[in-house]
Amino acid sequence: MSDSPESRPSAVPRRAGVSDVRNVIGALIGFYGVVLVVMGVAADSAEDRAKTGDVNANLWAGLAMLVFGVLFVLWAWLRPVIVEPDETEPAEDSPM
Amino acid sequence: MEDPLRIGASFIDYVLVAVYFAVVLLIGLAARRRISDSLDFFLAGRSLPAWITGLAFISANLGAVEIIGMSANGAQYGMPTMHYYWIGAVPAMLFLGVVMMPFYYGSKVRSVPEFMLRRFGTGAHLVNALSFALAQVLIAGINLFLLASVVNSLLGWPLWVALVLAAAIVLSYITLGGLSAAIYNEVLQFFVIVAALLPLTLIGLHRVGGVNGLIDKVTNAPGGGAEQLNSWPGNELAGFGSSFLSVLGIVFGLGFVLSFGYWTTNFVEVQRAMATNSMSAARSTPIIGSFPKMFIPFVVVIPGMIAGVLVAETASLKAGGDGSGTTYNDAILLLIRDVLPNGLLGVALAGLLAAFMAGMAANVSAFNTVFSFDLWQRYVKKDRPDDYYLKVGRWATVGATVLAIGTAFIASGYSNLMTYLQTLFGFFNAPLFATFILGMFWKRMTATAGWVGLVSGTAAAVTVWGLNEGGVYNLPGQGAAFVAAGAAFVVDVVVSVLVSKATAPKPVAELAGLVYSETPKEQRTDPAASRLPWFRSPVKLAGISLVLVVALNVVFR
Repeated sequence: MSDSPESRPSAVPRRAGVSDVRNVIGALIGFYGVVLVVMGVAADSAEDRAKTGDVNANLWAGLAMLVFGVLFVLWAWLRPVIVEPDETEPAEDSPM
Repeated sequence: MEDPLRIGASFIDYVLVAVYFAVVLLIGLAARRRISDSLDFFLAGRSLPAWITGLAFISANLGAVEIIGMSANGAQYGMPTMHYYWIGAVPAMLFLGVVMMPFYYGSKVRSVPEFMLRRFGTGAHLVNALSFALAQVLIAGINLFLLASVVNSLLGWPLWVALVLAAAIVLSYITLGGLSAAIYNEVLQFFVIVAALLPLTLIGLHRVGGVNGLIDKVTNAPGGGAEQLNSWPGNELAGFGSSFLSVLGIVFGLGFVLSFGYWTTNFVEVQRAMATNSMSAARSTPIIGSFPKMFIPFVVVIPGMIAGVLVAETASLKAGGDGSGTTYNDAILLLIRDVLPNGLLGVALAGLLAAFMAGMAANVSAFNTVFSFDLWQRYVKKDRPDDYYLKVGRWATVGATVLAIGTAFIASGYSNLMTYLQTLFGFFNAPLFATFILGMFWKRMTATAGWVGLVSGTAAAVTVWGLNEGGVYNLPGQGAAFVAAGAAFVVDVVVSVLVSKATAPKPVAELAGLVYSETPKEQRTDPAASRLPWFRSPVKLAGISLVLVVALNVVFR
């Protein structure tokens, strides 16, 4: 979203893009997923195993968050929120 | 001596917390600058489906108090805590969506103080605004105390230093525009909290040997017992020896007065629904929110119960020991310390800090709105330019934060915060709900009755509480709060009716849009409603939700 208000054609509806809350959620949870998977693979210690009852919790929780994050970004990408140039009329084509 | 609450957070945990706050700050800054993209931001927000506003609706409430308070309750009382959801919140949310929302939306009354002013005039408005401001400062104190306990567990600083630090963090969070993007942050926060609590619950269950292991352990634990696995009759929670009185207290006190009062008159909640673009969407907001709401206890109350048998300190507390200086409020933090490895720990801390901060920020900004516009502008200095009131609002924010440090010490004196919170709701929400409902459905109710009812309702609740504290009778659980709320409701209604009989009512012509019978039907209905598919029809969704919540009540009875 680098275009400035002036350069944007005023009559064309466009995707909400990064400002779609689903992308923000997907990116944040997905990022947590990546960090946790790395932690699970690289820093799985006996002490952690004792805490979790011998489950690699970081790895599994990380994978789940990663899948969740990807699904949210995909959903936002496949069914985008369209922002109408006329700001009083939000798009009717909302996903649901 | 090593502080038992000390959580061993590592560098990576701090990174995960920092990333969350960076995202929140970016959202806040974008909202504040209102650049082209941020304008889209809110437009996109408005056209988002109702399930997102539904999530924001419950997320606004899924704060510190709920997570800490409900898990503390779970650790102490077990399954009866479920009543807060299945007898309390969910039916109240459905009532709000089905009965109240058409009226709110149609009559264009945007807040409870506004309704009070138009329906009853200045007397009720002043009482309502003052008690609301006081309640917000007291509740902000709870949130601040909880925030400080997390800082305390992380860094091991003394409580008062942690309090001041937490207050400073919240102040900067509000100043940086974190609230402008409130709904966005709330939805984001919901997912982070679930991402923290779900693994916590699953790993905790795994540690105690699954569901059967938990049942075994709670049944046999000292201070536990089989009654903690059944939600009814909940004698321990209500503090009544008699099962009949206990059920009555839970259904009428907790279910009807406290929960209906909270969910239908809390304008922070109602405004979430008012932000939608049609009446059907507004009605759907609390109804859709009720679906996740009924499953939240599984990741909040259950971890509390797990902590009660797994965490050494909490188990000793349950057995009647001293818990090494911990209280039930620490249950979930202690469980996080015991079962989450570094990494997941960071996610959990991010979720908790986010929830506590957002909760306190909401209290403080609600206080500042009511203080500067409903109190200062109306009763102290009228007719000043706008920026004068903005300045007043800014000082009110600082003042509220400083006051909250004081009220946080009151909160720190309660070993189970839910008891304290329900007591406050009994003082403030229960009489408000009575006056509100009566004023809405009974056109004969007069202006004098409005404020006299509120004052006497609150006085009744305070009296019941005082008698219990003074030892005239003794209800150990949350029963005192339920009884106080019930008393406030009944006294408010009786006094309002008596006073109304003795004073002159408002002319009927002034009541359009304020009293149900005087509001034209077109104002209360959505012309497009009949064209919606079943999954968008509020009433049908509410029916499904009701069936589910009854089923949950039966399954876990």
